[in-house]
Amino acid sequence: MSTWRRLRASLRAAEGLIRSRRQAPIPGHETWCRSLSTGGSLRNDFFKDLEAQLSAMRKKARDALPGSSWSPLELNPNLPPERADIVVVGGGVMGWSVAYWLKQKERIPGGLKVVVVEKDPMYSQASTVLSAGGIRQQFSLPENIHLSLASADFMRNINEHLDVLNEEPVDLQFNQSGYLFLASEKVAHIMEENYSTQRQAGAKVSLLSPAQLKDRFPWINTDDVALASYGLENEGWFDPWTLLNAFRRKAMSMGVIQCCGEVTDFKYTVNVMTNLAGDHVDFRRIKSVRVQMPNSLEYQPVECAIVVNAAGAFSGKVAGMLGIGSGPKDSLAGIALPVEPRKRFIYVVHCPDGPGLDTPFLIDYSGVYFRREGLGGNYIAGASPEEAEEPDVSNLEVDHQFFEEKIWPSMAHRVPAFEKLKVTSAWAGFYDYNTFDQNGIIGMHPLINNMYFATGFSGHGLQHSPAVGRAVAELILDGNFKTLDLSRLGFGRILAQEPMMERNIV
Amino acid sequence: MSAPLTFLQRYFRRSALLLVARRPWSSSSQSSLPPFHTRLLLYLTQRFYDVEMLLSWRSKLKRRGVQKKNAYYSYTERFYGSNLATAYFILNLKGGFRYAGQPDWFRADRKGRFSWDFMNHKDTPIEDVDMSYTVFNYTGLNNLEGQQSLRTLSLRGCPEVDDWFLARLHMFQDSLEELDISHCPRITTGGLAALRNLKGLKRLDMSSLPRISTPGLVIILLEEMLPQCKITATGYDHSLREEGGEEEQKNHLQGQR
Repeated sequence: MSTWRRLRASLRAAEGLIRSRRQAPIPGHETWCRSLSTGGSLRNDFFKDLEAQLSAMRKKARDALPGSSWSPLELNPNLPPERADIVVVGGGVMGWSVAYWLKQKERIPGGLKVVVVEKDPMYSQASTVLSAGGIRQQFSLPENIHLSLASADFMRNINEHLDVLNEEPVDLQFNQSGYLFLASEKVAHIMEENYSTQRQAGAKVSLLSPAQLKDRFPWINTDDVALASYGLENEGWFDPWTLLNAFRRKAMSMGVIQCCGEVTDFKYTVNVMTNLAGDHVDFRRIKSVRVQMPNSLEYQPVECAIVVNAAGAFSGKVAGMLGIGSGPKDSLAGIALPVEPRKRFIYVVHCPDGPGLDTPFLIDYSGVYFRREGLGGNYIAGASPEEAEEPDVSNLEVDHQFFEEKIWPSMAHRVPAFEKLKVTSAWAGFYDYNTFDQNGIIGMHPLINNMYFATGFSGHGLQHSPAVGRAVAELILDGNFKTLDLSRLGFGRILAQEPMMERNIV
Repeated sequence: MSAPLTFLQRYFRRSALLLVARRPWSSSSQSSLPPFHTRLLLYLTQRFYDVEMLLSWRSKLKRRGVQKKNAYYSYTERFYGSNLATAYFILNLKGGFRYAGQPDWFRADRKGRFSWDFMNHKDTPIEDVDMSYTVFNYTGLNNLEGQQSLRTLSLRGCPEVDDWFLARLHMFQDSLEELDISHCPRITTGGLAALRNLKGLKRLDMSSLPRISTPGLVIILLEEMLPQCKITATGYDHSLREEGGEEEQKNHLQGQR
């Protein structure tokens, strides 16, 4: 390399000499010199061409030597590899968490080839980056509480897990402000039962009476509040984009292959067996995943051993490609994956007289929630609409009437200071809504032998993602759950039609 | 054989400080290049897996060392009671404490030696704790969990105290009156919001916290959040600075004209 540099330097010096000689003619001589002598300009071009030709020669020599990526066939470098061990469909926080934990738990370095397929590298419709970013332990199902506690532990030690050598440490911008749930008379007993479940599972929550609530947060209107549940520790909100990028950076540093493309089809083999009643049951095994390149007809079939469905709001479509749900209605094959996208709005409001630094993530019993955003008097508010009034999911347009009609009155009723506020911005995102019981589905499908699901979290996927990633990696690599037993969150409850509803009042 | 090893060792020791201190020189100071040995180590890390592995082992071992120092003293607690276990833990970390009702402080000197007189007061709770410049962290709070009458806690200059630690201080919410978290490099605004639970706090010292970006505003919000608390916050530069963005805007407008 240094020889080339020396050659270039000498060339430049020679060029400079020639130029300086040419630039010292007598004035008046110039035009005469230029029109008659063509030799000088040719010599100049010759040296410029020489430099270009030498650099082309250097590039050819570099490509010819072993270790270069030149090949005589013109291949698209964006295609995924032809074979992989595990293909993760979906590059949101759940998909990258699964990929990271798979690589973390592989016992031989480089033993697993993991490919993460994400159809939208800009994450314009991904639920991860459009979420409010909160984490809480105030659930009614013990599994959910344990998942949140484990994820909070992960985030506390995030630099131990996701630190890459010579890169900046991860800063999640975690606001330790806690969640505050308010209950009316009718649902106060549910809140008390939930409180004892949460305490037993190890969450640090406290119950507040209306008087204590008013004492602690004087800006709340406690007229119709019977009981409040307040998280003391491990609860708050953080930046989801940072978490996603931290997972992605660490996973890619460990060798996970990222692919930008869309999964359009699966190739599978069918094993037909007969059950006791005499019906035929199809057991499918995925042989390869067809990944279509964006804006192109090119596709690559990726042969794989295991597929993880972490496609979030679009997991139902992916499952439909395998024929889940397209069998006779009263059989196992007829039960579709009950996950569909539901649109939710978040509005950014500015209220200069609003509550200060100690504003928790407040969730009213009417379903309206808000939290502080930054230090400048901005707040983020939203609510879940009624079943009958679900907005259209074909786009991500925001309905501002919803804020005026449903959210603002409740907010102003709960916090009188919010009567004077201004909506500065709003966005919409999809929930991967589990229409069955609004809780996550983690595990294998009984009819597909090698597909694992990690989807359907209906609004609390982000806060459970580190722990769910670990659980799925344990399922795949260890065969069973090791740290947290999430077998109740598997497919069994859907096939037996026994919903495990979250009894939280919202 | 030993000469190149000592050569490498010296580089590891100096660069490990930089890695642990975690100041990203690549983004902050573009003009000044990092010192030669750092650049050499980075060059070697990018080319040799062994160097990368050794450096990552170095940081993992350091973290493990800190965790070991903060481990839960269950053995001491089982045989001598929780107060003595807490006292022993504090002295082992080179901190200091004072029993309730006793005027003297028990401290360990710089070499870590301390007198065993603290064993005489078996059932006295601890009132004041000084853990300045120690490696006290979140796991170490397990050892202080039972202390219901802790009045002052000084965490000045502790490199391992972060936002999660501050959130866990809620276990002292009834008794804690004085808290000193100045010069802690890991505390950010999100952690200061966790101090809302300490309703009995009378004095808070939050001077020279490097990771707070808008100290003036944060101090005002904290004063609103904790009305009975007297907040000391020195070491911040509250002067109005012209931002780089404003300069560019001005030039842009002039260019347009």
